[in-house]
Amino acid sequence: MKRSMLSIKNLQARIEEKEILRGINLEVKPGEVHAIMGPNGSGKSTLASVLSGREDYEVTGGDVTFNGKDLLELSPEDRAREGIFLAFQYPVEIPGVSTINFMKTAVNEVREYRGQDPLDAVSFLKLMKEKMKLVEIDESLLKRALNEGFSGGEKKRNEIFQMAMLEPKLAILDETDSGLDIDALRIVANGVNKLKSKDNAVIVVTHYQRLLDYIVPDYVHVLYKGRIVKSGTKELALELEEKGYDWIKAEADAVV
Amino acid sequence: MELKDTILQHYREQTSDVIADVRQDALNTFNQIGFPTIKHEEWKYTNLKQSLTKPYAIQPAATLSKAAIQEVLDTLPKGIFLVFVNGIFQPELSDKNLQGAEVNSFAEKVDVVQRYFGKNLPFTDSMQSLNIAFAQQGTFIRIPKNVSIEAPLFCVFLTDTQTENVFVQPSLFILLEDGAQATIAESYHTIGTNTSFTNLFSHILLQKDAYLDAYKIQNDVVSAVQINTTQLVHESKCTSHTTTITLGGGITRNNLSISLQSEHNEAYLNGLYVTQGTMHVDNHTLVDHAMPNCYSNELYKGILNDTSSGVFNGKIWVRKDAQKTNAFQSNKNVLMSKEASVNTKPQLEIFADDVKCSHGATTGQLDEQALYYLRARGIGEESAKKLLVHAFAFDVVDKIKNSVIKEYLIEALEAKL
Ligand SMILES: Nc1ncnc2c1ncn2[C@@H]1O[C@H](COP(=O)(O)OP(=O)(O)OP(=O)(O)O)[C@@H](O)[C@H]1O
Ligand SMILES: [Mg+2]
Repeated sequence: MKRSMLSIKNLQARIEEKEILRGINLEVKPGEVHAIMGPNGSGKSTLASVLSGREDYEVTGGDVTFNGKDLLELSPEDRAREGIFLAFQYPVEIPGVSTINFMKTAVNEVREYRGQDPLDAVSFLKLMKEKMKLVEIDESLLKRALNEGFSGGEKKRNEIFQMAMLEPKLAILDETDSGLDIDALRIVANGVNKLKSKDNAVIVVTHYQRLLDYIVPDYVHVLYKGRIVKSGTKELALELEEKGYDWIKAEADAVV
Repeated sequence: MELKDTILQHYREQTSDVIADVRQDALNTFNQIGFPTIKHEEWKYTNLKQSLTKPYAIQPAATLSKAAIQEVLDTLPKGIFLVFVNGIFQPELSDKNLQGAEVNSFAEKVDVVQRYFGKNLPFTDSMQSLNIAFAQQGTFIRIPKNVSIEAPLFCVFLTDTQTENVFVQPSLFILLEDGAQATIAESYHTIGTNTSFTNLFSHILLQKDAYLDAYKIQNDVVSAVQINTTQLVHESKCTSHTTTITLGGGITRNNLSISLQSEHNEAYLNGLYVTQGTMHVDNHTLVDHAMPNCYSNELYKGILNDTSSGVFNGKIWVRKDAQKTNAFQSNKNVLMSKEASVNTKPQLEIFADDVKCSHGATTGQLDEQALYYLRARGIGEESAKKLLVHAFAFDVVDKIKNSVIKEYLIEALEAKL
């Protein structure tokens, strides 16, 4: 049996006195695709943020190991360097910093951490062109101030471009499908699929079956009130699409 | 003896009759007000007390060797160098080929200087008066009618404090005649470890259709105190870009006033201050819209580290005749440490009704969200901060017109960020 890549045990987290994650358990192995679904406000983005090291959240209990390392001990940058990538639900705008400009720094700091030589300008450009093609993103967009004035879809595509550049072991896509038109959805999903291998894993957070038609999950989990209340295979997503969350909420609320 | 008395004695001992009336008036004004203290509203946040209680040699004769001067010039971007030592212009140490500009002492051009210098200015200040009182050795720079000078005229002010504290007062009168165009830069260098106190006053007059691109590059040592007053007057249809970059010095106070005296003038004011240690930088600016149809746009940004402090006070006056004025002002600051501080005060006084004016001032830390975003991409905290600070400073640097100076400033800035 394959070893776990990501192992989350009874993870609890809060922000400003408010308990948001109330005991999450999740095992992700290399090569797997996990979908996390669940009603608004159930804690999906919080889970993604806690995994990527956002300091606003206070972890109050539980353990997370990533490839054998205690993830919660690492700084956000070291988590990224270890191979975790979070495609944000709401990417921030950073005036004065272009994607190209900061990706150069990011790629080389990650390489340095992994004991690789920095990429020279030519190799960087080559890598960039290759990844631009993969996610069908325009260079002019990458030269602009990061996300400033980007359309919703452009922001999401830019997230996937960055993912392609950094080649993470575990990609967490937080509602990357929202705001994408039908063509963009297909392009982004294809990009993700092309980057998939037996050695890396993907967690997709989504509200819609649409995306899962393209990025087919091995497992589907439902997060509700800070817990994973139901797990299944891809059929679960279809069932949710059809029936909504009420039946799951009822089940879960009955237990508590 | 108190510095004020030393200075007054100095005044009595001098014999020059160059622009004697203007100087006598100025001395009277200074005598009435005295040195600024924090009790003066305009000096509330900049305390000169410590700097003024030291003993100073008042504008001692130049002593620096040619080699020492050359060493400084070599660090600067290429230009037409005008060298000032201890406040006084040194023709023999300066470039001879002025590409059409004329540089003279006030004494040599007393008629023109007498007619304009220190007159018709929107405000007075005791430090300005003090400078004018001693302006007999001032320097007159003239860009004749329709002459356009490509290379920057670079005024390099050197103060020799190797043996004692030195008090200097360079005075400049710069005249751009009708249709003249020039780039004029100033930089300031203290050689030695004793205190230098520079009280500079520069009166710039732009006549019809003149174009000026002016720079102040302040990157002096911590033992340097500088009061830098510029009164820039636009006659009509003139354009000025003023860029004030402060990266060093102990205490720096800049008074920049721009007076738009007739229609269709444009003034762009850009400033950037990056402070560390105990540095203090105070930028007071005034844009006086006296007549209709003028435009001014001001952007000052500050990055404050350690226990340093900053002041921004930006006045815009729109007088009642100045209809159709467009005046914009923005001051933004980032505090990089808990002990750093800044006082920012925009002051708009508008007496005309058909105008477009806006102003805004912000002070904050680096954007936490942005910082997290960059770190989540594998960029270490320090480099992420650096990226954001660069991004913050970027738009001021980007506005720099002269490419040679721009390159130089980017490098100087790089060393500080
Ligand atoms: N800074 C904060 N302060 C207070 N509450 C917060 C904060 N951040 C998140 N929350 C709350 O935590 C809960 C979980 O939010 P989260 O963003 O993780 O939900 P989500 O499952 O991603 O929802 P959605 O599907 O709408 O994206 C919400 O109730 C939200 O309001
Ligand atoms: Mg969310």
